[in-house]
Amino acid sequence: MEELKANLTSPGPEHGEKEDGAGGPIILFFILGLIGSLLVGWVAFPALLYSQKKQPIDFNHVLHNGLVDNGCESCHFFREDGSYSGVPKLAQCVQCHEEANSENSEEITFVEDYVKKEREVPWRVYSRQPDCVFFSHVAHVKTGKMDCVTCHGPIGETESLKVYEQNRITGYSRDLWGRNIAGLKRNSWDRMKMDDCAECHEQAHLVPGSVQTQKDGCFVCHK
Amino acid sequence: MKIDRRCFLSFVIGGAAGTALSPLPWKLTDDLSIWSQNWPWTPIPPKGETTYVTSTCTLCPGGCGISVRRVEERVVKVEGLKGHPVNDGGVCILGASGIQLLYGPSRVQAPMKKVDGAWRSISWDQAIAEIASTLKELRAKGQPQSVAWISDTDRGTTAELCRRFLTVYGSPNFIRTPSMQDAYEMALYLTQGNRAMAGFDLAQATFVLSFSSGLIEGWGSPPYLFRAKSVMRQKGGRMSQVEARLSKTAAKADQWIPIKPGTEGALALGLIHVMLKEGLYKKDFVETRTGGVEALRKIAGDAYAPEGVSRTTGIEAKAIIDLARAFAGAKKPLAICGRGSGRVPGFVQEYLAVHFLNALVGGINTSGGVIAVPEPDYIEWPEPEMDAVASKGMQQPRVDGAGNGRYAMTRYLLNRLPEALAAGAASPVQVLFVSSSNPAYSLVDSQSTAKAFKRIPLIVSFSSYMDETAAMAHYILPNHAYLERFEDVPAALGFPKPIIGLSKPVVSPLFKTRHTGDVVMQLAKAVGGTIAGAFRWESYEACLKQTLGDKWDALRKNGYWVDAKFAPGAFETKSKKFEFANADIAKLPAYASLKAPGDETSFPLTLMAYDSMRLTAGYIGSPPFLVKVLEDTILKKSDVLVEINPATARDLGLSDGSSAVLSTPKGNASVKVFLFEGIMPGLVSMVRGLGHTAYDRFLAGKGVNTNDLMGSVEDPGTGLEAAWGIRAKLTKA
Repeated sequence: MEELKANLTSPGPEHGEKEDGAGGPIILFFILGLIGSLLVGWVAFPALLYSQKKQPIDFNHVLHNGLVDNGCESCHFFREDGSYSGVPKLAQCVQCHEEANSENSEEITFVEDYVKKEREVPWRVYSRQPDCVFFSHVAHVKTGKMDCVTCHGPIGETESLKVYEQNRITGYSRDLWGRNIAGLKRNSWDRMKMDDCAECHEQAHLVPGSVQTQKDGCFVCHK
Repeated sequence: MKIDRRCFLSFVIGGAAGTALSPLPWKLTDDLSIWSQNWPWTPIPPKGETTYVTSTCTLCPGGCGISVRRVEERVVKVEGLKGHPVNDGGVCILGASGIQLLYGPSRVQAPMKKVDGAWRSISWDQAIAEIASTLKELRAKGQPQSVAWISDTDRGTTAELCRRFLTVYGSPNFIRTPSMQDAYEMALYLTQGNRAMAGFDLAQATFVLSFSSGLIEGWGSPPYLFRAKSVMRQKGGRMSQVEARLSKTAAKADQWIPIKPGTEGALALGLIHVMLKEGLYKKDFVETRTGGVEALRKIAGDAYAPEGVSRTTGIEAKAIIDLARAFAGAKKPLAICGRGSGRVPGFVQEYLAVHFLNALVGGINTSGGVIAVPEPDYIEWPEPEMDAVASKGMQQPRVDGAGNGRYAMTRYLLNRLPEALAAGAASPVQVLFVSSSNPAYSLVDSQSTAKAFKRIPLIVSFSSYMDETAAMAHYILPNHAYLERFEDVPAALGFPKPIIGLSKPVVSPLFKTRHTGDVVMQLAKAVGGTIAGAFRWESYEACLKQTLGDKWDALRKNGYWVDAKFAPGAFETKSKKFEFANADIAKLPAYASLKAPGDETSFPLTLMAYDSMRLTAGYIGSPPFLVKVLEDTILKKSDVLVEINPATARDLGLSDGSSAVLSTPKGNASVKVFLFEGIMPGLVSMVRGLGHTAYDRFLAGKGVNTNDLMGSVEDPGTGLEAAWGIRAKLTKA
């Protein structure tokens, strides 16, 4: 009880010394926490967030681009009703690949596992937008005269398909947010988020989102 | 160095600062919002090429053209076909929900056999062989007539194949499910002499007098009549609805005339009385093209003077006279009948009276009138060779009594089958085939029907769905669903021109089902002999193509063929005139309003069934979407609501929403009460189409089947089902 009284009446010099003495570890722990969380946020989190998935067949865009007449649209074409075909179906591939045309192991796998078994190739689409997004290719490519590269990058110049990184939470591709986890971009095709759509629509003073109403609005893109 | 609480807090603060400076929280927020906006378990229509397939809807006899949108191989929407003569882009709620009948859970996915009360899958070959062996035994015993077939239609190639099978097998017992078509066909046959379907040129009429017909509640071909009624009204036409209850059609009419139920025929005769007395009829038509008007004067004599009719119907005498004058004074008046959606055929005298009204104003086979549309005649197959067993069997009387004695003029009497089955030591039907129909549910007095069916040793259902009749069958040989198969649609109910529709596969069959037409041929081959010889087609599709001949290409392309230049033919009676009276009509007993069965003291109220566009009551069960959009004045959770007048409720001590027990001489049911000013005191009204025990969890166990509580009433003249109500009692639960 006496001791307690003493403590209450005079804080005593020991307390102040103790605080001063703990200043070092406190800062150290702060820095540890800071660096640790920065490492988690910038390095561990992105590594954990995405799963790496190989494409079923390693497709060579350069090779195919050299063999067709109409560039990207030779395979990624518009249908008569204006809708966009997207990734080619087996029916298109079969036009040339009913039998393997080379010794290439990827082509042989393709013919054996898919063409002969009449199975569609489960391609993973890097640019597949969430289902709540409505995007019309024909409005951008035909009416807006944009080229494919602006959004999709020089994918036509690749000889091999990169690994598809799937977001474990959303199930969509990493390419929507972009390679850079901070969301920074150098090229117009580095990201495919809503801000990127808006940026282009604002900068280029293009027609507003809706051709019909001449206005922008949530329901133009989010049906 | 001592590590204490402060160090820990410091670490946490540093961690929080570092986390805030990293992309983690922002990226996580973004990802979680994307995830929550696109729940992975929500079904998403596939992406791919969109195509449209033109077809004809076969969910009801309406014959509407449909355009089915597909993404790749998946059906995503059913729309009305623009430019189609019947529905021109319109589609009813059932048609629009058709996808659920393709992908829904109540499909029967493979042939099944009931073994010890449980369903077992069986191969097609084995099922056909087993059924064929029973059929062969019956023939060997000389009882081919003990095989019967129930079908929703007697027209089109599938129905004709079934009938042909029975004929060469040796049974006259092909039975069509009842509907108002039976009574209309009879009225046309009696007065005009031809077996024809009644078409209604409603759009061109200027005054429509409807005797309880639910023009916007499923009567005839719904999208055709919805549109025709709107066109008629937009052109200044008027409509009077005579009905005991303020139905949706009555609410949309210019005039609603409440009438004591079951007395509609008396009102029609009362109107005839006024028109004849006041000379309000088209004299040139009546004098030159009709015969027997003097007899009609007698039929609609003094007994049908306005005062007497007023007492019978509850409508004021002046209102009757006014109505007769308004009807006769209109440029193109049209009178129609068939209660609600026309599910129950009704009293043929009533149809005759209404048809006479049309004849008096010259509205027969003319613009804005009733058109006799000839029965389709494109099925021209060679007569099959019959062996002695078949010829003998075909000479036996029909099990339902149609075509004999009292019912000589009636073609099908399914309503009389349960009674015939119950009589005698053994069931007169040993094998029953049921295609596209669900009599155990949809026949009036369904409980007696189901009980009688239990006496049949072998029931084979061709249903695509696990309906009530399929559930009590011994074998199910599932047909393709309507979006998976070819089918000719030989007419559109109530449409005033001959039209043939083609229903064609929109997707490949999803399950191990077979077209009933093909199965009939396979059964015939398995039975062998002349029966096999009667079916020389390779497949149903080949048969259909050959049958439709030069129309096939047009049908494949447009989905329909219409006789645009059609002009109704002459009357085929002996006098070549429209006959108000003749020997056949004279055989019918005099008109007398049919009473609802039951004792009035024990059952002080009268129960009537009404129809809703949001429920089906026939072979096709309501898909989940229909049940979902049912008003809460019809169904609350699993309870059906019955409509009663607030005055009736006061007398019974019931209030809105209170639970009650509805009793009729046929049974009891738990219901809830909905107070409705639009129904006469003393009546109870309940929706038709609920109370299923079969199908899926979306439909089964909800509400009450009106047919379970109803009793059959036979039209004394024709034997057709004429039940419009039954005495009932409502007590507080």
